Amino acid sequence: MLRSLLVLVGAAVAALALTVAGASGAAAAPTAFPVTVVGSNGKVTVTKRPSRIVSLSPTATETLFAIGAGPQVVAVDDQSDFPKSAPKTALSGFTPNVEAIAGYRPDLVVIAYDPKGLSEALGRLGITVLHQDGAKSFKGAYQQIRQLGRVTGRDGRAAKLVAGMKTKIGAIVADARKGRQGLSVYHELDPTLFSATSKTFIGQVYTALGLENIADAADSAGFGYPQLSAEYVVSSSPDIIVLADTVCCGQKASTVAARPGWDRISAIRTGSVVRIDDSIASRWGPRLVDFFRAVSSALTRLRQ
Amino acid sequence: MTSIAEHAPEVRARGLTPVWACSAVAFLLASLAIGILAGPVDLGVGAVFESAGARLHLPGVSTSLSPTEEAILWEIRVPRVMLAALVGAMLAVAGATYQGVFRNPLADPYLLGVAAGAGLGATIAIAYLPAGLRGHRMLPVAAFVGGSVAVFLTYAVGRSARRERDAATLVLAGVTVTAFFTAWQTFVQQQNSETLQEVYSWILGNIPSTGWSDVILILPYIAVAIVVILALRRVVDVLNLGDDEAASLGVDVRRVRLALVVAATLGTAAAVAVTGLIGFVGIIVPHTIRLLTGVGYRALIPLSVVVGAGFLVLADVVARTVLAPAEIPLGVVTAFFGAPFFALVLRTTRGGTS
Repeated sequence: MLRSLLVLVGAAVAALALTVAGASGAAAAPTAFPVTVVGSNGKVTVTKRPSRIVSLSPTATETLFAIGAGPQVVAVDDQSDFPKSAPKTALSGFTPNVEAIAGYRPDLVVIAYDPKGLSEALGRLGITVLHQDGAKSFKGAYQQIRQLGRVTGRDGRAAKLVAGMKTKIGAIVADARKGRQGLSVYHELDPTLFSATSKTFIGQVYTALGLENIADAADSAGFGYPQLSAEYVVSSSPDIIVLADTVCCGQKASTVAARPGWDRISAIRTGSVVRIDDSIASRWGPRLVDFFRAVSSALTRLRQ
Repeated sequence: MTSIAEHAPEVRARGLTPVWACSAVAFLLASLAIGILAGPVDLGVGAVFESAGARLHLPGVSTSLSPTEEAILWEIRVPRVMLAALVGAMLAVAGATYQGVFRNPLADPYLLGVAAGAGLGATIAIAYLPAGLRGHRMLPVAAFVGGSVAVFLTYAVGRSARRERDAATLVLAGVTVTAFFTAWQTFVQQQNSETLQEVYSWILGNIPSTGWSDVILILPYIAVAIVVILALRRVVDVLNLGDDEAASLGVDVRRVRLALVVAATLGTAAAVAVTGLIGFVGIIVPHTIRLLTGVGYRALIPLSVVVGAGFLVLADVVARTVLAPAEIPLGVVTAFFGAPFFALVLRTTRGGTS
């Protein structure tokens, strides 16, 4: 009896081990190169697993390190400040120098911005370029992560990262939907009151959390980033203020409260001012979860 | 001789007639009223007057505005209107002064490099000062210092030239300094691309909603500048004849020009420091007045103060109401509405002045 039970347990353990081995074996199995993906610059074919990646996109840098492709990265641009272990260089993604980039002998260059025919110039040198433009939706952001997984041979890790993000964000959103609805938010990009509407990537975070965005009324042109009148912000009296100009412009709850008339705003009175690292609020990578978390914790405090 | 003959009509140009003086003041008062009554938040005309009455402690008048609306009116809107009036007056009078002193109808307040210098100062502050320190306190100071340094350099370069009494030399020096400072600013900006947006929004120019602090900050500079220019307004008519002619009439050309240029420049630097670059006001306002009234500088200068103030207040009303509750950069408004209007003035008055 005991013996047969042991055999049964043993078999179960073995089966489980086999399943686990099978699963991890599939994830670890090297992607069959060449791989072709569609970036913002059209079809991109990566012939073999890249080992000298240059990232000129801070978002891509974060993703590459989050999916374990960090060791394949040889250089990142001057704005890629996360994670700290990324090999930050003086390369610029805004005013790129083709020679300096080529000097790292990259087999893949990832860019978020393609000024003055950068990708074409690199292409002429036989360097593969993947252009991932700013994501317009969460779906697009997830797709870019999976794409980076694909071109670096890290499909499994990328899929896992996306699944993890979806689970965490899903839980935060479900939680937010339970509480008081109809709260409003003002997202500040800089102290001259440029804001972001629900149409923008960052604005979709607020929509997902059930917040009303006061910038929406100001965007008749549909551009997504209107400059608001101070009078309007004060009279709208948003319930939450999110400051995405903490690093660039040193804004914090006290500097905002000191602006003329702003002490009347609901968010200032209840202390619902969220300070967010500018870079988290302007990227569309793995730290999107952190942004959700920061806003939702203010929401939770407000609802208590 | 011919030069005097050519300019003779301008010396005798009309002075300030009561009609034009009253029209200008009426225009300013109307602009101020519109500026205070109009805005992205509708406060109601009656309520605004009640609130003003209550502030003046008129017996039996009490405000019907909520505390938030009171704050919007007195801490945001009224100071912004006052700031626009101050800056508009300064830019217009500086433009008129430069046009007279340099005998160049295209001279604007930014001619001697003040804009490029202020731009460099602001960019350096934005790029290198720690965020907490620069706030909105250090930025105007840096811009003011940059603008003043640029004009001082212009003057030094202009004086080092042999033909130091020639106003054209000074203008050329201004062009040189502007080019140099602009290049420097672009370089600093490129090295610090993360600050691009802040620099860009400063350069676009707008009247900030910073309450009374900015008004108080620039009021002394602009008041002194305007008083000095007003006191010397008759001399501008003489300077406009040319340096030799002015000297023969007993004017110390270099000293008077220096005083006028320093006053116009310091005032402009103070204005630019808080509002960024607002183009076209310094050209359009004096020329419109000249075309409509045909007055000489001794009347043009005070009229520019009054009309310039009214013009920028109105332009700012457009900037904050047309796309309300969004804003449009003020420099866009002054040029977009100013240029066609000016073309119309040119067209309708061409026959009369030639």
